[in-house]
Amino acid sequence: MTPEQIIFLISAALILASAMMVVITRNLIHAALWLVSALFGVAVLFAILNASFLAVVQVVVYIGAIAILFIFAVMLTRKEMRDRGSQTRSSWWLPALLGVLILAGLIFLIFGQPAVNRTAPAIPAGVDPLRLLGSALVSPDGYVLPFEAASVLLLSALVGAVYVAIGRKS
Amino acid sequence: MNLWNDPINFVANWLRGLLTSRGLANGFATVILFFIGIVVLILFAMLLDIFLVWVERKVVARFQDRLGPNRIGPFGLIQPFADIIKLVIKEDITPAGADKLIYNMAPVLAMASVILLWAILPLASKIYGVDLNVAVLYLVAAGALGTLSIIMAGWASNNKYALLGAFRMVANMISYEVPMVVTLLIPTILANTMSVKGITDAQSSVWFVVLSPLGMLIFLISAIAELGRAPFDLNEAESEIVAGFHIEYSGMKFGLFYAGELLHAFTFGGFVAMLYFGGYGVFGLEKFVPVLQAPLVAAVIFLGKAMVGYWVIMWVKYSMPRIRIDHMLAFNWKFLTPLSLVILVVTALASKLLSGSPTWLAALVMFLTNVVIAWLTIEILRGVGRRQRRLEQSLASPASPLARHGSE
Repeated sequence: MTPEQIIFLISAALILASAMMVVITRNLIHAALWLVSALFGVAVLFAILNASFLAVVQVVVYIGAIAILFIFAVMLTRKEMRDRGSQTRSSWWLPALLGVLILAGLIFLIFGQPAVNRTAPAIPAGVDPLRLLGSALVSPDGYVLPFEAASVLLLSALVGAVYVAIGRKS
Repeated sequence: MNLWNDPINFVANWLRGLLTSRGLANGFATVILFFIGIVVLILFAMLLDIFLVWVERKVVARFQDRLGPNRIGPFGLIQPFADIIKLVIKEDITPAGADKLIYNMAPVLAMASVILLWAILPLASKIYGVDLNVAVLYLVAAGALGTLSIIMAGWASNNKYALLGAFRMVANMISYEVPMVVTLLIPTILANTMSVKGITDAQSSVWFVVLSPLGMLIFLISAIAELGRAPFDLNEAESEIVAGFHIEYSGMKFGLFYAGELLHAFTFGGFVAMLYFGGYGVFGLEKFVPVLQAPLVAAVIFLGKAMVGYWVIMWVKYSMPRIRIDHMLAFNWKFLTPLSLVILVVTALASKLLSGSPTWLAALVMFLTNVVIAWLTIEILRGVGRRQRRLEQSLASPASPLARHGSE
């Protein structure tokens, strides 16, 4: 096993365990923190894949946003923040079955790919993946249209939020 | 390659030879070397931190016309060690009803978020943790972890003041992250790269503070806000919420928050030096004086510049009163954010238009653009202030103060 594989296994275990804990834990704040740990594991995976931009953005956007989530969790729930009811429904087996089926389908699809046993080619020297990503996002034969559409969508959300929050002047 | 020209790789190659000669695979030797490098870097940062405690106490004493620590050792230099012994042997209290795990994790995470920054701090052209191509974003990401640690501390302490401090910190961080990211983009645009080493090397002829003095100022202000130091220390405003988020912490856990804050301030001094003041370079002199190129000398230069930045941050902290929370938010959203966006657009346009012209001309034009922007900003602020004053006067003169209060 190479060190990369060991790191992958550790972070994969971390992601799965944390994701389980997000759902299982009864404390809302703990759920938010487990979510942080799961998302951090995903950032580690991106880092292993040489996708440094995605890794860092994962931490900035998601873990940064958890701070807000945290505040909403504290402000919008009661003091105890504990749900004492049963954590499962009577038909819990249905989503479980569905999940297993989707997992089996994904595994089948992934192992059907011809590239599954190949190791990723090393990035050639002198090529900056970040630069390629940047120019792909703004070049007309790249992703400029989705990029601009997303920007406009976010801007309209921003304007809408300001409009909602500004209130009526009495 | 020798110890003087490339100390890190020299030692690393020697160690690698030692490890592989004992039959270790090269890949695992690399991992072990990285671990050793990380431990050495952290140790260096922490040892520096002990010294910073002394620096901070000495400087604040001078600002407040006192002497500061002066009893133990020459100039009180042994004082931090006495402080550490005191912090370690103090009783460690976990408040009743606290969330034990999160409560104990928060100070560690607070320190870790600062140590993370040292990974990308280039002490010299050949002494750095890692030369990330997204280093500028990494800086913001580490800041997000710092916020998280403060919220964890505030919430897990089971104390309303601590929670209030944490809430204030989030409001502070979320607001000041915007101008900070925008002013981080300015060196990125000027250097055409997000790698900190690339940004430092791009300043070998002219420092970015000349090209964008306003960007430097806004970065410094938002860095101070991100640090949560005065005048933005609302998260621990002692006159309102006792000690804010770390109210319940005692002993070394408090020590970690305190030391983390000091090291954070010094690190941001380093980032100001790196992004706007040429990092480990000396006005391009190192091209003519080869001794300045030696990594160890360059590291001393960089640490000196970082210390100056840290001193400015202390200077602001100990001479400014704390500002009110609504003023803080208004200052950010109505002043810093629009101004930083204007500077960003102007800098991007100017650097593109002037890309073909000689360096001195480009520097002059960009500096003058900044002066014009500063002048316009001051004019607009004066106009707004004058209008506000007239409004207040016209409202105040005919009617009683009560009527004015009702109209708001």
